Amino acid sequence: MSAARENWGSKLGVILAVIGSAVGLGNFLRFPGVACANGGGAFMIPYIISFLILGLPIAWVEWALGRYAGRKGHASAPGIFREVASRNRFAAFFGVLALIIPVIIYMYYVSVEAWCLGYAWNYWTGGMAEMVTSAEQAVMNSGGTAAEAKQAGVSAANGFLLNFAGVVPESGSDTANLRIWREFSTSALPFLLVCFVVNFVLIYRGLNKGIEWFCRWAMPALIICAVIILIRVLTLGAPEGAQDHTVYERVAAGSASTEALPELRKSSSESGDVYEPTGHFLIPHEVKANVSEGMGFMWNPVGHRMVSAGPVAKPKKVVVTVGFWEAIFDPQTWLAAAGQIFFSLSVGLGVIITYAAYTKSNDDIALCSLTAASGNGFFEVALGGMIVIPAAFIFMGPSSIVSAGEKASSLSLGFFALPGVFEHMPSGHFFGGLFFFLLFLAAVTSSLSMLQPAIAFLEEGLGLGRKASVSILGLITGIGACFVALVSSGLTVLDHMDFWTANLCIFLLATFEVILFAWVFGLDKGLAELAKGAEIPIPAFLPILLKYVTPVFLIVIFTAWLWDQIESGSYFMAVKNEPLVQVTLVFIGSIGIFFALLVGEAINRWTQEEEVAK
Amino acid sequence: MSTAGWLILSASVCGVTTLFSWCIYKVLTTPGSQEHLHGFEVETPDHDT
Repeated sequence: MSAARENWGSKLGVILAVIGSAVGLGNFLRFPGVACANGGGAFMIPYIISFLILGLPIAWVEWALGRYAGRKGHASAPGIFREVASRNRFAAFFGVLALIIPVIIYMYYVSVEAWCLGYAWNYWTGGMAEMVTSAEQAVMNSGGTAAEAKQAGVSAANGFLLNFAGVVPESGSDTANLRIWREFSTSALPFLLVCFVVNFVLIYRGLNKGIEWFCRWAMPALIICAVIILIRVLTLGAPEGAQDHTVYERVAAGSASTEALPELRKSSSESGDVYEPTGHFLIPHEVKANVSEGMGFMWNPVGHRMVSAGPVAKPKKVVVTVGFWEAIFDPQTWLAAAGQIFFSLSVGLGVIITYAAYTKSNDDIALCSLTAASGNGFFEVALGGMIVIPAAFIFMGPSSIVSAGEKASSLSLGFFALPGVFEHMPSGHFFGGLFFFLLFLAAVTSSLSMLQPAIAFLEEGLGLGRKASVSILGLITGIGACFVALVSSGLTVLDHMDFWTANLCIFLLATFEVILFAWVFGLDKGLAELAKGAEIPIPAFLPILLKYVTPVFLIVIFTAWLWDQIESGSYFMAVKNEPLVQVTLVFIGSIGIFFALLVGEAINRWTQEEEVAK
Repeated sequence: MSTAGWLILSASVCGVTTLFSWCIYKVLTTPGSQEHLHGFEVETPDHDT
């Protein structure tokens, strides 16, 4: 427990850093898609309830645990867990999760960050315009119409990522894709290098001069960019050339009109997918392609779902509306809301607990935590909920939004649908650049926070200096980032790193933290720590919430999520069948073993220091 | 957009904006919001200050 640590510059600085950590692509891309696919405006009810019984309590737990152990000289999760659990070795080893989660996430997140920077660069320097023009020109030269040429340009913009990040497999290779290496100057790699350097320069400068300094200007810049784009979206009106969309409503067989389509249910058999009628019919409704209807698609208390419909021999996917009560009573809506709150607030990631360790003993951490959580909510609801959906609805239609929302995917909406939107939008390339620059800023503030837990551990647990710890972490994350960026075919590595760490492991870590706080550390002690210096009242029901409701809620959500994944089977089957996925898991496991060995060394070091102190 | 949609939009956006503004106000008006927070002033040996 050397005192080789630094300090935040101000309380506002730590709050901006925590908000920056939480605000990322998920606020602007994941939230609106998930809301549309899970009840629209009705989604806000489970969303707020999940915030109150899941997000905020876990955030308070992390702040209280972090500050308590920070006072004892620990800033890393293994040290914090060991201190809180009366110097239990097992608890310290659980801290390995809080090290590998942010480190592994960083390895692929920095690639996504580089794509955002690359998109902004290409929009603003004319690279995207050149590519779209050449795609349009090719169609015109082959005798296509102006509409076909326009569509080719939109498709080229939507497919920009495929070559830029090496997503499409290279001929002759199913797995590795080294094209982006050979085509270095036109690929995402230079941007990856820039992002890597920016992140490590800032992290080397430390909490105050690096992370806090960057967040102090990046967060206001983020708001300004978002407000400019918001004004552009809200003033789109009903753009010329934007075609109306069709949304279907489900009715019983007797009330179906002649233009109704039979709804189909898909089942899999040995001979492939088989469709059979459900007995319901779907009536089409024309919806105007304008801002008002786009906002309504996001905020009306009506959900939307993709279903199969039409003749059994030739089924097609259509968007069908889901009523308010049907959405509210659907467990999937609650699961999606809890998942969104959980992933969005950066709880269970190992970041907040590290940041909290640097706060003062009489700071109002309850208020700090509430401010950071509400700041994240502001970016998500007031900005993220108003920008993407109206624009995507007008130009791309409801199906691209709902299909992205059902997969809870930030990438498909952000990188495969929105570029097409900017092709249609007046001054679209300027606003496209601004939007991706906004995402870049949001991504940097998040990726910075992912490095701090491991840096804190290397410095505190092993007594390393800043240069040594930054170099070691740079080497580890550099190898991982190259693995993700160069073996990029189909984004398999990125996808599986995301699934096994950002989804599975953070549930485990958050559950462990809540149980540690409520059942091991003790609620009285923990709540006293939270209340120390607090000017806002701690809710009277918090003890019951933390002891019973939150852990049970977490376990239920985790079980339901896991069941869903096992049922769909894709990730688990991939582990069995795909060598690249197996390599990815071995890589994650190796990082885990490496950090576990370091934690073992750190425990020995702490034990020796404690014996000397006696 | 329906009336219910407008109501949900207004309540949600105003709710989070008000809560966030109130929190920032409380943080900024609490003494010590701009001062140094932590007592660990010792830097690592090789860290340029």
